[in-house]
Amino acid sequence: MPSKAKKASARKTAKAPLRERVMKGVPDDLWVKCTGCSTMLYSKELEQSLKVCQKCGYHLRLSAEERIRLLVDEGSFQERDTDLTTQDPLSFPSYKKDIARYRKQTGCADSMVWGEATIGERAIILGVSEFGFMGGSMGSVMGEKVVRAAEEAAIKRQPLVLVCSGGGARMHEGIISLMQMARTTAAMARLADAKVPYIAIFADPMLAGIAASFAFIADIIIAEPGAIVGFAGPRVVEQAYRIKLPPGSMTAEFHLAHGMVDMVLARREIRPMLVRLMNILR
Amino acid sequence: MNRWLPFEEPLRELEEQIVELERYTAAKGMNRSREIAALRTRQEELTREIFSRLSPWDNVQLARHPERPYALDYVSAVLADFVEIHGDRRFGDDPAVIAGMGLLEERPVVVVGHQKGRDLKERQARNFGSARPEGYRKALRAMKLGEKLGYPVISFVDTPAADSRPESEERGICESIGRNLAEMSTLRTPVLVVIIGEGGSGGAIALALGDWIMMLEHSVYSVIPPESCAVILSAFDRDASRGPEAAAALRLSARQTQELGVVDEVLDEPLGGAHRNPDAMASIIKETLIERLDGLCQLDTEELLQRRYEKFRRIGSFGT
Ligand SMILES: [Zn+2]
Repeated sequence: MPSKAKKASARKTAKAPLRERVMKGVPDDLWVKCTGCSTMLYSKELEQSLKVCQKCGYHLRLSAEERIRLLVDEGSFQERDTDLTTQDPLSFPSYKKDIARYRKQTGCADSMVWGEATIGERAIILGVSEFGFMGGSMGSVMGEKVVRAAEEAAIKRQPLVLVCSGGGARMHEGIISLMQMARTTAAMARLADAKVPYIAIFADPMLAGIAASFAFIADIIIAEPGAIVGFAGPRVVEQAYRIKLPPGSMTAEFHLAHGMVDMVLARREIRPMLVRLMNILR
Repeated sequence: MNRWLPFEEPLRELEEQIVELERYTAAKGMNRSREIAALRTRQEELTREIFSRLSPWDNVQLARHPERPYALDYVSAVLADFVEIHGDRRFGDDPAVIAGMGLLEERPVVVVGHQKGRDLKERQARNFGSARPEGYRKALRAMKLGEKLGYPVISFVDTPAADSRPESEERGICESIGRNLAEMSTLRTPVLVVIIGEGGSGGAIALALGDWIMMLEHSVYSVIPPESCAVILSAFDRDASRGPEAAAALRLSARQTQELGVVDEVLDEPLGGAHRNPDAMASIIKETLIERLDGLCQLDTEELLQRRYEKFRRIGSFGT
């Protein structure tokens, strides 16, 4: 164990100077390091490739805003409940400070954005999680927005499209977060009773309380390549059960192979697929 | 006979003294019964005192107590008869979940629940109460049977967490939990939930969506084990030994979750915890179940479902 730790820290320090050299004198956002292959990618080019690494195909994470731009008809998105924010029900240590910090970093009031939009001129209800806000974790606000989106979709009889990602239920709201699993899923059950289709798109990472509630019961599930999806992430599972997982465990492709998702689509294929689906699901 | 928890240390010492005195006086043929009775009284007072100011962490330990009654203990004490069913008709049978039907006095009911094992062998066989997808699907099969026949459903919740091994992922542990939540939210028969020990996050709530949610006094209900919470969050210096603080911050005890509006009713436990008097605990559970079912069975199904939806619809803390 100690030698492993040493190696890891040695790797870190060996890399730092290179990174500093690369970064010196350039604006922060000019270069982005690929999470998949560690290549430094020129951010202008990365924009054009929809944040997919041209070298290894890794799908870098998108902000909610980027995701919405990618999916819906240009300018069609009307956000609802923009300012909905948590009231910190447990007065949990440092939670208020964390919320303020993430709010500043992301410009979002919490980890979920929802509203109305059109895809291929078909009116839909759209919800997108914001991973940058506390790891896309689900507290009261995400729960409430998912519920409102599902209820609105049922009332308007418009398909619901949810881009699901995030680390799970948010610890800082304790049992209140756990209850969001129940209420969001109950809202999806009602949407099903109203016979309105619900399409989920899984983006990296899509885990725990989000995966084990409203996400995996969608009518149609599209996952992005390489996205980590599951009840627990591979590293957590390896530690908890002291086992070594084969590469590719708990990825989108793993779940496709086991019949748990309908398709794995590269990022630029998702919107065309949604347009086709909207044309069929009238 | 009884395993003592750290916060029960004064009680353990007193017990030792009493036992020692009993042995000594018996060996010497002396009669010190009045003295012993006084010590017993003192012990009861002390128990009352200690249990009147338990911390959330103390409750975590009680909820995980190896002698705590488990689902099948209550099933056999509460129901006149119970027939267990097995398997999800898809893959296999999960011993971490029990399901079946029985009689609550004269009334047919469906019962589901997590089941922990008592000795090491049974604990392993039951996977420490961590359910796999086929466990949740077996429970769902039983609940759908209850819906079909018009029998109420009673769920006993007691799990550290759902199983997250790769085999469980392969068979859709997430889907099985989500599916149970969706189905339980629309199940057209009353659903009563009793959290009897550990209400461990997603694994627990997969059997805990119902019309009336009860918790035994010393059980806990949490989004994450407090030790894991302490390890993850810098607010606790990422230090597992600060689990007791995390337990307090998470407000996971029965009374606290009731204050938060998550749980409808807390059932008092016998002095010293349910494991000190399982029969007394079982009769409290039985009486309460009968009373609550009498109320719920009067509602028509549409009203029942509307209330169930709104009950969970309300739980959240947000504003602008
Ligand atoms: Zn790459």
